[in-house]
Amino acid sequence: MEPEDEIHANGGVEDEEGSMSRSSRPIISSGEQLDVEAYASLYQGRTKIMRLLFIADHCEDHPAMRVEALRMAYDEIKKGENTQLFREVVQKIDGKLGPDYGMDSAWCDMVDRRAELKKEKLENELNAYRTNLIKESIRMGYNDFGDFYYAHGALGDAFKNYVRTRDYCTTSKHIIHMCMSAILVSIEMGQFTHVTSYVSKAEQSPEALDPITAARLRCAAGLAHLEAKKYKLAARKFLETGPELGSHYNDVIAPQDVATYGGLCALASFDRTELKNKVIDNVHFRNFLELVPEVRELINDFYSSHYASCLDYLGNLKANLLLDIHLHDHVETLYDQIRNKALIQYTHPFVSVDMRMMANAFKTSIAGLEKELEALITDNQIQARIDSHNKILYARHADQRNATFQRVLQTGNEFDRDVRSMLLRADLIKHEYNHRARKL
Amino acid sequence: MGSLETLVAQIQGLSSSAGDISRLHVILKQAEDSLRSESTRLSPILSQLDPSIHSLGYLYILEACTSVPISKEQAATLVPYVARFISFCVPEQIRLAPDKFISVCKRFKEQVVLLDAPIRGVAPMLAAVQKLQSSSEHLTSLHPEFLLLCLLAKCYKTGMSILEDDIFEVDQPRDFFLYCYYGGMICIGQKRFRKALELLHNAVTAPMSNINAIAIEAYKKYIMVSLIHHGQFSTSLPKYTSSAAQRHLKNFCQPYIDLAVSYSTGKIAELEACIQTNREHFESDNNFGLVKQVVSSMYKRNIQRLTQTYLTLSLQDIANTVQLNSPKEAEMHVLQMIQDGEIFATINQKDGMVRFLEDPEQYKTCEMIEHIDSSIQRIMALSRKLTAIDEQISCDPLYLAKAGRERQRFDFDDFDTVPQKFNI
Repeated sequence: MEPEDEIHANGGVEDEEGSMSRSSRPIISSGEQLDVEAYASLYQGRTKIMRLLFIADHCEDHPAMRVEALRMAYDEIKKGENTQLFREVVQKIDGKLGPDYGMDSAWCDMVDRRAELKKEKLENELNAYRTNLIKESIRMGYNDFGDFYYAHGALGDAFKNYVRTRDYCTTSKHIIHMCMSAILVSIEMGQFTHVTSYVSKAEQSPEALDPITAARLRCAAGLAHLEAKKYKLAARKFLETGPELGSHYNDVIAPQDVATYGGLCALASFDRTELKNKVIDNVHFRNFLELVPEVRELINDFYSSHYASCLDYLGNLKANLLLDIHLHDHVETLYDQIRNKALIQYTHPFVSVDMRMMANAFKTSIAGLEKELEALITDNQIQARIDSHNKILYARHADQRNATFQRVLQTGNEFDRDVRSMLLRADLIKHEYNHRARKL
Repeated sequence: MGSLETLVAQIQGLSSSAGDISRLHVILKQAEDSLRSESTRLSPILSQLDPSIHSLGYLYILEACTSVPISKEQAATLVPYVARFISFCVPEQIRLAPDKFISVCKRFKEQVVLLDAPIRGVAPMLAAVQKLQSSSEHLTSLHPEFLLLCLLAKCYKTGMSILEDDIFEVDQPRDFFLYCYYGGMICIGQKRFRKALELLHNAVTAPMSNINAIAIEAYKKYIMVSLIHHGQFSTSLPKYTSSAAQRHLKNFCQPYIDLAVSYSTGKIAELEACIQTNREHFESDNNFGLVKQVVSSMYKRNIQRLTQTYLTLSLQDIANTVQLNSPKEAEMHVLQMIQDGEIFATINQKDGMVRFLEDPEQYKTCEMIEHIDSSIQRIMALSRKLTAIDEQISCDPLYLAKAGRERQRFDFDDFDTVPQKFNI
């Protein structure tokens, strides 16, 4: 899995990648198996480990890839202090990587022992600060504790300690630091409601945010919306992300991810004009798209109605997107929505559409297309009817006049019925009231 | 017995003018106890009286006659008397003693049921209802009895004639519940689902302080009729529904709610499975026939949905999509639906295609204009009535006393605003 070798070995597709500078190598390459090492190099810190583990857990079909991911996760963990995660990985490797990647109890004990000492030291320090009541020092103390717990994988405790620094924040810079830490931990924990609330807290800070922080906050908010299945909002956030982001947030998200997440969410949820204005003509976002040419191409294809090639790109990307820790749950939904959008857009301008041609354009069988169209028509997303005999789709224009008559008569009937039953209820209530009055 | 003869003489003498009749009423009230004590000897007297002239007296004697439990044989002799009395009596006279008339009619109903001949009671009961009610908007205690007889005798059409009238005045809430429930069943029998839905809906949403069995049964039927008629059912009741109903109805009707849920999936198999698991429940509620109609309505609903999507579709495809066994069966369904005017389509038997057409109604015909005009007239009349009742309520001393007590702290001007207390 040496990247250099790969470039030489395969021409064609890889050429495209080769032309990109090494640092911005696209991680998601069309149709090819995910290049785990290149992918992992985009990230650092805990998310790198978690992403590798996620890949290892989700690629049962590729044992080689699984082992590779585990090996890199093992190496990465060894650099940190999280013994809990270490034990898990060792269990997963299960001796498949030879004696070098076995259980290293000595290392674990050493790290644990050091952690104990450090914890004690931090506790003492914090107590001292607290008795002296120096706000800044207490904040630092809690913050150190947060960092300590985070490094050791105790995310809940880390979150608590980071949040605790809030009472001791004196400048808005401190508050933003607190928010960023809390957001980081919350994302790792998968608590995206916390993410949203801390993002808005950070954005409310009186001082203007520096562009990098602003971009990081946009990404975090985008992720939170994505998890909440609010794709349109997620797309907006990702699209607003400034180019300053670079690799400054690679303990959470890589700029490539911004392009992929943002692009797919936008395709699934934006209409045509929005797509043009906010995605294709968006100078900032173009920089991100350059990192993942496939996504750029497929958006352009979609916009210029080359659905077949757009769907091709999507199909090629799918396997790798399914290995993405944040996107995997949403791939199916997003794909369905994009496909439906394409179908709707395709039929929109025509009075009648030959389904054979349409099936060709979408690389599907006529029967399959018929089913898809049927679902969309039932959902009232396409106003048309299918001539199943001749395989032609006819647009159907609602007859306003008839519809109005129908609605008027229906409304009249409903009013009639409602008033009558209301009068009856009034009479019953009156009756009941009289009845009670008589009893009194 | 002298007193009885005098009474007969008095009845015969005092049945002409209005003044005489009110005097007679006083006399009869006094004689009530003695009549009851001699109930066994009264039947011969009836032949001396003419129900079309001596209605009030006849009514008192008949009431006394029927006040004791009677055997089947006695009932057989008595029923013709009562039937004749009901058809010939004078409405003005019997309305002086509505309680007596109601109890005579109720016992009459029991007797025809006892004789296993409910159909014999239908026509007299209809006459009784019409004679007792002061206007067609008045719901009497005889309405439910009459509807029950119609149900037992399967004379749904006769029952419908009463249900066509709008009801606005109710004597007893219980009558209202029964009226709605039986009325709903009659409409179901006639496949007038919209009317049935309205009646059952009224029973379910009527104000009640405690939940009652009639409302529960009505709710069960309401769920099913709603599925048959609208193809869907929403478990949330309108907000004017009494809190008792909102809180408890669903707990008593779980199998039916499950039915509605499985219906909403649109899959026949799931619906069938749900019916199988709850079969005993539906059968013990005597609702299984309606459940079967729910199933067949799902086929219809699915076919109807196809008309929204397709212009032409082969019978084979229809059979596949709506999960029918064969194209032949699908053809029968489509044919039936075309016949009933539920879809507009033509079947081409040569290549087994169905062509769905648009609704040919163009809203241009004279009939349609007339229909719309009559609807407008009807709604105008209704809203006049609404205004009148609103005025009437805002003048009602009881209401004013209550509203005044609750809103003392406001100015007098506030009193003429629309009442907010009644959540109707």
